[in-house]
Amino acid sequence: MDWVAIGLTVKLAALTTLVLAIVGLPLAYWLATTRRRWRAVVDAAVAVPLLLPPTVLGFYVLMSTGPNTAVGRLYERLFDATLPFSFTGILLASVLYNLPFAVRPFASGFASVDRRLIEAARCLGASGPRTFLTVVLPLSWPAVLAGLVLAFAHTVGEFGVVLMVGGNIPGVTRTIALAIYDDVQALDYAPANEASALLVVFAVAVLGVTYSLQRRALPL
Amino acid sequence: MTLLDVDFEFRYPPSTGSGEAGREGASVACRWRDPVGEPRVTVFLGASGSGKTTVLRCLAGLERPQRGHVRFGDHVWFDAERRVHLPPDRRDVGVLFQEYALFPHLTVAQNIAFGARHLTHAAVAARVGELLDTFRLRGLEGRRPRQLSGGQQQRVALARAVFRVPKLLLLDEPLSAVDRPTGDELREELRSLIRALAIPAYIVSHDRVDALTLADRTVLIDGGRIIQSGTTQEVFDHPASAAAARLVGVDTILLGRIAAVEDGLARIIVAGREVRAQAPAEAGHEAALCIRAEDVALARHDVTDSSVMNRWRATIVTETMEGPFVRVGLDCGFRLSALVTRDAWRRLALKPGDDAWAIVKAATIRSLPRN
Repeated sequence: MDWVAIGLTVKLAALTTLVLAIVGLPLAYWLATTRRRWRAVVDAAVAVPLLLPPTVLGFYVLMSTGPNTAVGRLYERLFDATLPFSFTGILLASVLYNLPFAVRPFASGFASVDRRLIEAARCLGASGPRTFLTVVLPLSWPAVLAGLVLAFAHTVGEFGVVLMVGGNIPGVTRTIALAIYDDVQALDYAPANEASALLVVFAVAVLGVTYSLQRRALPL
Repeated sequence: MTLLDVDFEFRYPPSTGSGEAGREGASVACRWRDPVGEPRVTVFLGASGSGKTTVLRCLAGLERPQRGHVRFGDHVWFDAERRVHLPPDRRDVGVLFQEYALFPHLTVAQNIAFGARHLTHAAVAARVGELLDTFRLRGLEGRRPRQLSGGQQQRVALARAVFRVPKLLLLDEPLSAVDRPTGDELREELRSLIRALAIPAYIVSHDRVDALTLADRTVLIDGGRIIQSGTTQEVFDHPASAAAARLVGVDTILLGRIAAVEDGLARIIVAGREVRAQAPAEAGHEAALCIRAEDVALARHDVTDSSVMNRWRATIVTETMEGPFVRVGLDCGFRLSALVTRDAWRRLALKPGDDAWAIVKAATIRSLPRN
């Protein structure tokens, strides 16, 4: 078993999920509550990775973060490093690619919270963020948890985006899905079989968890 | 004296699918100035869709008008020109929402204390305890909202709204969430609680009984505009237009003082005349009396040998044909409307200007307590 690849994969999935919680929760809340026309555009933009082949997204991330691009130059000046073929690079790509898997469950959870409860909280002197933490989140946590679990699981099984942006550098960007591919290319079926079985068990477990969360009524 | 100075216009946005369909292009415009130094109760009376709830939402800061201003004393809550729009959490108003909007994941005590800020645990507990007593919620503090009756939910919602002693109390259809008998009971309770709180209150309602029982002042709203406002007595006595008359009801509503109560029957003085009806409250209190025109009979002479308690000398003022009936306007010292059959009207041979007697059984008069 390639423990280095497994460790790297878990690290990537955990950090992706963390970033998605920080970026995705406010974004989803905005999508669920705003009445601005912009909403539809942002909603569609978030959903785009659902339809795009991962290689296409990876290709554009690679193209827009190279050392000769504005983003690449800025990043190099700030951190003295390059994004492509680095762990940070695949983290960025993962976050973008997984945005809909986290944001859509979040947003549908938030939208199902009675708007009057939010208004009541505001009229009782609670600020927007406070209302979010004390009313919205406690009433929609199953959806939030489902979104986080889905994003984590989806990152674990990712292939195309990571390969395009990260290459296949052991210990840096070689995730378990890439390791399986390598093993098969080398006709080394035993480790590929082990890792694949592990991923199947993981996927089934995650599905079980999300389904039970979705079926769970509000914790009243 | 603190003044609430309101003058704004709110235009409904194009439909966003948020349940405001059919209102695009409509607007709500209002303008009034109210001294809010004394704890008065104002009822905004209007049919559904008249825009009365929108007025309340603009006061609370839940909606942003396109034009005008809302000022409370020295505080500017909203000013379109200066681009000021304080969010609800910075206006210090207490709102009682339709169907109460209690937080389902919090207990009664946690709901009541939701507005607590910068208070020690002990201070919060003390204030919650005080409100539990005032609102008769002792013993329920650990329950969730879904384990409460409609009346208990209303009291929790009100206690929650006044935890921080707001400058204004805004109540949106406080009695629409419950069925009629329960509603009558809750209205009684609401009346005494609002009085006890001594905070100026604005109540939005489609039910004229709410105005009659709760309001010092009544504001009539129709099509997003204030069509009449004044003391409840003025508005109900003299509706200024057909739309106003529809809102207050065309039948007779009398406001008077209970002079005496005997065996549950009250003698109520209205414009110097005595009305007998079921006692809605103790002697010395105010009462509102609703008399349906079909319950008023007419006679040429006083009828002394019948069971009827109310016999008033009256002058015929108007006669209007209504199908098989005639609606007769009477002046008994107060205005009274009677509905009699054409046949009976012909037999009486009365016409405007004639004197007659109006006869009303005490049991047919709906009497309501008033402040």
